[in-house]
Amino acid sequence: MQAWQRYADGLGWATIAGVLAIVIVLVGAVVAVLARRRRAAVGVPDSSGPAVARDLPGLRQGLAKTRAGMFQRILPLLGRQRLDAEALGEIEAALLAADVGIETTQRLLACVQRRDRAGAAPRVALEEEIVAILDAAKRAGDAGRVTPADGTPLVLMVVGVNGVGKTTSIGKLAARFVRNGHRTLLVAADTFRAAAIEQLTVWAERSGADLVRQEHGGDPGAVAFDGMRAGMARKAGVVIVDTAGRLHTKSNLLEELRKVRRVIAREIPGAPHETLLVVDAVTGQNGLVQARAFLDQIDITGVILTKLDGTARGGIVLAIAGGLNLPIRYIGVGEGIDDLREFDAREFASALLAPTEEPGSP
Amino acid sequence: MFDALGDKLEQVFKRLRGHGRITEGHMTEALREVRMALLEADVALPVVQKFTESIRERALGQEVLRSLTPEQHLLKFIHLELIKTMGEQAAVLDLGVPPPVAIMLVGLQGSGKTTSSAKLARHLKSERGRRPYLVPADVYRPAAIEQLTALGRQLGLPVHPSAADATPVDLARAGMTAARTAGHDTVIIDTAGRLHIDEALMDELVAIKAAITPKYVFLVADAMTGQDAVNVAQGFHDKLAIDGVILTKLDGDARGGAALSIRAVTGAPIFFVGMGEKPEALEAFHPDRMASRILGQGDVLSLIEKVEKAYDQKQAEALEKKLRKNEFTLEDFRDQLQMVKKLGSMGDLLGMIPGMKKLAGKMDPGVADHELKRIEAIINSMTKEERRNDAILNGSRRKRIALGSGTNVADVNRFLKQYAQTKKMMKKFTKMGPGGLGRLTNMLPG
Repeated sequence: MQAWQRYADGLGWATIAGVLAIVIVLVGAVVAVLARRRRAAVGVPDSSGPAVARDLPGLRQGLAKTRAGMFQRILPLLGRQRLDAEALGEIEAALLAADVGIETTQRLLACVQRRDRAGAAPRVALEEEIVAILDAAKRAGDAGRVTPADGTPLVLMVVGVNGVGKTTSIGKLAARFVRNGHRTLLVAADTFRAAAIEQLTVWAERSGADLVRQEHGGDPGAVAFDGMRAGMARKAGVVIVDTAGRLHTKSNLLEELRKVRRVIAREIPGAPHETLLVVDAVTGQNGLVQARAFLDQIDITGVILTKLDGTARGGIVLAIAGGLNLPIRYIGVGEGIDDLREFDAREFASALLAPTEEPGSP
Repeated sequence: MFDALGDKLEQVFKRLRGHGRITEGHMTEALREVRMALLEADVALPVVQKFTESIRERALGQEVLRSLTPEQHLLKFIHLELIKTMGEQAAVLDLGVPPPVAIMLVGLQGSGKTTSSAKLARHLKSERGRRPYLVPADVYRPAAIEQLTALGRQLGLPVHPSAADATPVDLARAGMTAARTAGHDTVIIDTAGRLHIDEALMDELVAIKAAITPKYVFLVADAMTGQDAVNVAQGFHDKLAIDGVILTKLDGDARGGAALSIRAVTGAPIFFVGMGEKPEALEAFHPDRMASRILGQGDVLSLIEKVEKAYDQKQAEALEKKLRKNEFTLEDFRDQLQMVKKLGSMGDLLGMIPGMKKLAGKMDPGVADHELKRIEAIINSMTKEERRNDAILNGSRRKRIALGSGTNVADVNRFLKQYAQTKKMMKKFTKMGPGGLGRLTNMLPG
């Protein structure tokens, strides 16, 4: 990999991409040939067969105990004045189990150790460091914030992978803005998923926001265009654009998103003023990959963290904030219309390290 | 040629080898790397710990430490253990019970239950010859019933006319009755997403299960799920005794360690994986591929399957002949290029080849596709004769091609040089025979 890296840096990515393109095309040909031969030789290997259930009794029994024990053990350790290897191990485990990720966890551990030598209590040091990461991202986000020109609405665009809670978050956001006395317009640019438009329509009614929609299967760019025009004409204070969920690995779908963005920017200069990536708290390490891809492709400016009312801690946003300098703007904590809160770094930090509860009955 | 983890293990053992014999103590350091790799892949911490412990115990009894390439040996061992843990073989639905067979889908919000319901119904109809009946029982999320109804319409599958003001238990019961009356042999019940700690809603699922006694209760889980997978699986399993799992959104680049976590908690097999937004994008779960994916080794088998679907026998044979006889021309290259474009974006494809994954992640996914377009333009600007015999491409021809394709001569030269080199390399692989690519990647059987 390092050889590749040097090679790549020397040649530039475009050249590498060219080589790869050729390799892929030829590998495709070779694979086709080999796969055929393999099939012919072995007969068609069919993967069906009886399911071999292989339970792991030891593992299953161990799980409940480990989970219950972990956080109970970490609490006294965090409060302890000095750190030993065991205590560090416990802190590491707690952070990893919260989806913070290895890199950020190592960074936090190093900091706790450093501050331990300076005499700070581990828990305080840990919380302060987490808050520092989140605050730095927030400052960076605030500094880059664009405010709408006079007479034009604040335009928010909401993006994310499938099923993270974009439409629901928009419904809650709309309710927030309406409650604060802003005329709010929702734009149903998810024309792909079945009944996504109907879902947003319900949220518009619930929150008291206006709605711009077209037919299912229409062009999202065209809906965005209508939305911006309507936002101007109706003198809306806030316009929120819903987009279809898409995996960050689908380049054609990201291109579609870029187009929506271009349309918005063309109709209202400076817009979208905020492009929010919705991240599900249950998301693991792929969350960082997602955020990086969306940042590269459409310049997201912040994150909404949803579904924090479950047992998931959403620790991946710490990696996102620290690694990409992206502020966390809101959190979703339930299915009710008022269950969207502004993100509070301190509250998040202490919840991240709070003891866990046993889900369900044993 | 395992990447990532393989590289790291190699480093560990190389360093240790300098000190003479590799001892049991050194395994600890190697297993630390394994632990990190599994955590990066989102396998839940307790599962990782148990797994590496069992690896240590069993690996020590083996020849791992005396092996000349302990890292490869250990890696292969881990790979096999992962496969064993996830169930060795693809699980198949047993539908041999008196109809209607009920399948109930449960899971967190946004895990993909509604989409999976429709995909499952389509699969059962077209692959198993069943007559499925879809029953939407999500009365909470706005327009959830409409979503399944629309999907059913799209696929030509009957959907129960659920009313949003009915209770889910009544809907499930009425759905079963309606299916029986209309002669449907399989009923798929789509329930509302819920948190595993929501007592009231979990009890509702228990009530549905009691009312219709489904043959299968499927937990639908997102492949991107992190550490919480164990809690979620445990929560649903404790209440409902999960019979199987559908892992969704596996067409992304998540490593999918949740598969291991869920399996470890429930013991239930993973039956299907969701591979895209299209209704037919539901595939059987292959533990061996998942193991490779969790270890970050690309997914050669999936790539092969994709390619197999795209080519027919004749095309493959013709291609083989050309490659062997060195008659593969730019004309053929262009045909291949068209094929590859149909398979997916360069980023998707790169991710499936071992060793390329990391690179694919570093690169702007659009760059490779853009480069592919340029190459296509260059080839399209050649005459037929030039495409058949690139030896005749002299300076003035190259200049013309550059002009025609909107590139410059340097680009054309570079492409031709890379093309010649890569072709030579590929020819070697073809010569290796059926096991050639297998040896190349340590992935293919035989």
